[in-house]
Amino acid sequence: MIDRLALDIAHLCAGGLVLVSFMLLYQDRLTGLINTFALHALVVSFSVAWQAYIQQAPQLYITAAIALGVKAVVIPLALHRIIVRLGIHRSIEPVVSIGQTMLAGIGLVALAVMVMLPVTAQAGTLAREDLAFALSVILLGLLMMISRRNAVGQVIGFMSIENGLILAATGAKGMPLVVEISVAFSILIALIVVGIFLFRIRERFETVDIHLLHEHRGEQP
Amino acid sequence: MSELALAAILLVPLAAAALLAALPDDRTTAWLNVLACAITFLAALSLLAVRPAPGHFLIVDDLNIVFIVLTTFVALTTSIFSRSYIGHELESGRLTSVYLRFYHAMYQTLMFAMNLALLANNLGLMWVAVELATLTTVLMVGIYRTEAALEAAWKYFLLGSVGIALALFGTILVYLAARAVVGEGLDAMAWSVLVQKAAGFDPALLNLAFLFLLLGYGTKVGLVPLHAWLPDAHAEGPTPISAVLSGLLLNVALFAILRFKSVMSANPGALAPGPLMVSLGLASVVFAAFMLYRRQDIKRLFAYSSIEHMGIITFAFGMGGPLANFAGLLHMVLHSLTKSAIFFCVGHIAQVKGTQRMPDIRGLTVSHPVLGWGLVLGVVAIAGLPPLGLFMTEFLIVTSTFARQPLLAIVLGLSLLVALGALLARLNGLAFGEPQGRSEPSRASFVPVGAHFALVLVAGVWLPPALVAWFQYVARILS
Repeated sequence: MIDRLALDIAHLCAGGLVLVSFMLLYQDRLTGLINTFALHALVVSFSVAWQAYIQQAPQLYITAAIALGVKAVVIPLALHRIIVRLGIHRSIEPVVSIGQTMLAGIGLVALAVMVMLPVTAQAGTLAREDLAFALSVILLGLLMMISRRNAVGQVIGFMSIENGLILAATGAKGMPLVVEISVAFSILIALIVVGIFLFRIRERFETVDIHLLHEHRGEQP
Repeated sequence: MSELALAAILLVPLAAAALLAALPDDRTTAWLNVLACAITFLAALSLLAVRPAPGHFLIVDDLNIVFIVLTTFVALTTSIFSRSYIGHELESGRLTSVYLRFYHAMYQTLMFAMNLALLANNLGLMWVAVELATLTTVLMVGIYRTEAALEAAWKYFLLGSVGIALALFGTILVYLAARAVVGEGLDAMAWSVLVQKAAGFDPALLNLAFLFLLLGYGTKVGLVPLHAWLPDAHAEGPTPISAVLSGLLLNVALFAILRFKSVMSANPGALAPGPLMVSLGLASVVFAAFMLYRRQDIKRLFAYSSIEHMGIITFAFGMGGPLANFAGLLHMVLHSLTKSAIFFCVGHIAQVKGTQRMPDIRGLTVSHPVLGWGLVLGVVAIAGLPPLGLFMTEFLIVTSTFARQPLLAIVLGLSLLVALGALLARLNGLAFGEPQGRSEPSRASFVPVGAHFALVLVAGVWLPPALVAWFQYVARILS
């Protein structure tokens, strides 16, 4: 039986992650966005470490360490370097206004809670709220990906979705090590994307604004 | 012995990928690529005779053996095609030697990933494999580094990884549902265990999981409305990759859905997965049939045709029942063979004409008889005209639907006719009339195209009884 305090701390972390996801939504400068993402990764890493402690699952500490080392330190530093080198620390404009995005985000969180709580009634208290929070983080990440035009913003949106998935996977107690392998794969993706894609896009166009890559579909007669 | 074959299917591509990344010489590496695929194919064939016992991580069963043999065969023929295709790309300077090494290494990594996804007896392992396959294809789609190729790769990456993320969430939910019955650990993620114990799972949790899985893996299948990445990725990458994407990777994603569908069907309280698959499939067929009309780019045209056919296959499996499943399975095999053969032709055509724009390509049967008639045969096959194999399977799907859901059958049949009209109208311009535009002699290798069309033609006229019995058996398992 997990005691009350341990559960409360686990829920605090998960709830904190949702909060940081909201913070990601309204960042209108790339530097701020990257820093907020580092915070996002930090919260996820603490949350995973706490799960490792209360579930007595030492292999989860590895996941926590990866989240901390790669996502909270290495990737943000790399992204900072990229945007400085490209000279794009100017402000970014989301597609829809921040107010509307936040409202949509609140709607998504409500949706996630309403969908997950009834379904997971038998899944145990720990998994139950964690999954609802994790789904909220995933949906907010999706919202962020569609509301940003900038490649850096979209990559960060995707990585925040991954953080949500890590939260869900660790909340499902006793899930085999395969998920940890997959988490490593996801980090690999993030690295490759940041490294190769942004680099290639810069090489070609001197910009990472996806909007400027004109539609080139070959459909025009 | 059979364990050795199983290991070879996974380790040969992996070792070949490492070797091909390291070797500098252009000519031998292309042959090495073919050799690795040939060994993998032989190992896959040997699994037909003797099967290893299922383990915690890998399994060979009646369903995935069909996919494995098909995948390794098309991988082999594509590697032969790729050899002549890549030779031309090197001469014309579109690819440099360094990128070629990268290309070959990625090709073998993709084969490894697809084989692993098919052989996996573990939800998580299969997910990792599909993710690896997505990653390698994203890198290959962007390999020409033109503006359009980068945009296509970026779009594919974003949509593909969002799909993959949703699928992982669904996988976690399935594990949670299984954990309550099977207990913690590897067993709660093994297909062989899940299907047996599925009856006791919490239906509500399974329903939610299947929605995520269908949307997630459905993105990779290219089902409408999640298909937006597919035409771009097919049109802008190297043509061998278009052939492998259409012929194999879409099937792998569909295979994942089929696995989860059988778990769903084993649970009496869960939502029936059929109607969901039928609606997504039918939407894809109708949408793609109309989209075929306004295409200007030849690879994009056949990419939309792939959406249409994946829709037909999803529709057939969604209808379920021994007959529809049989037709769906056979349609999938024949579509893979036909579509990859078409892309082999299209790759050479784009090289000799120097363009993918259809208005600039005319009179192929006059200027390049073999390529031109190959394309004619391919389009006739893919449009579902007799006597080729796809006619028979489409006929089976439509008639078996007629007996159960006449309205759906009418919509499906009409869409097939619409697609037929679009393809034939396009073919007329491409293949006949006065040749125009640039024209180089082709040095294509016709072995892969010939092998595929021969199989499709034979399947249309006469199916070996052993094959029919085998597919009927698999179809019964699925239903």
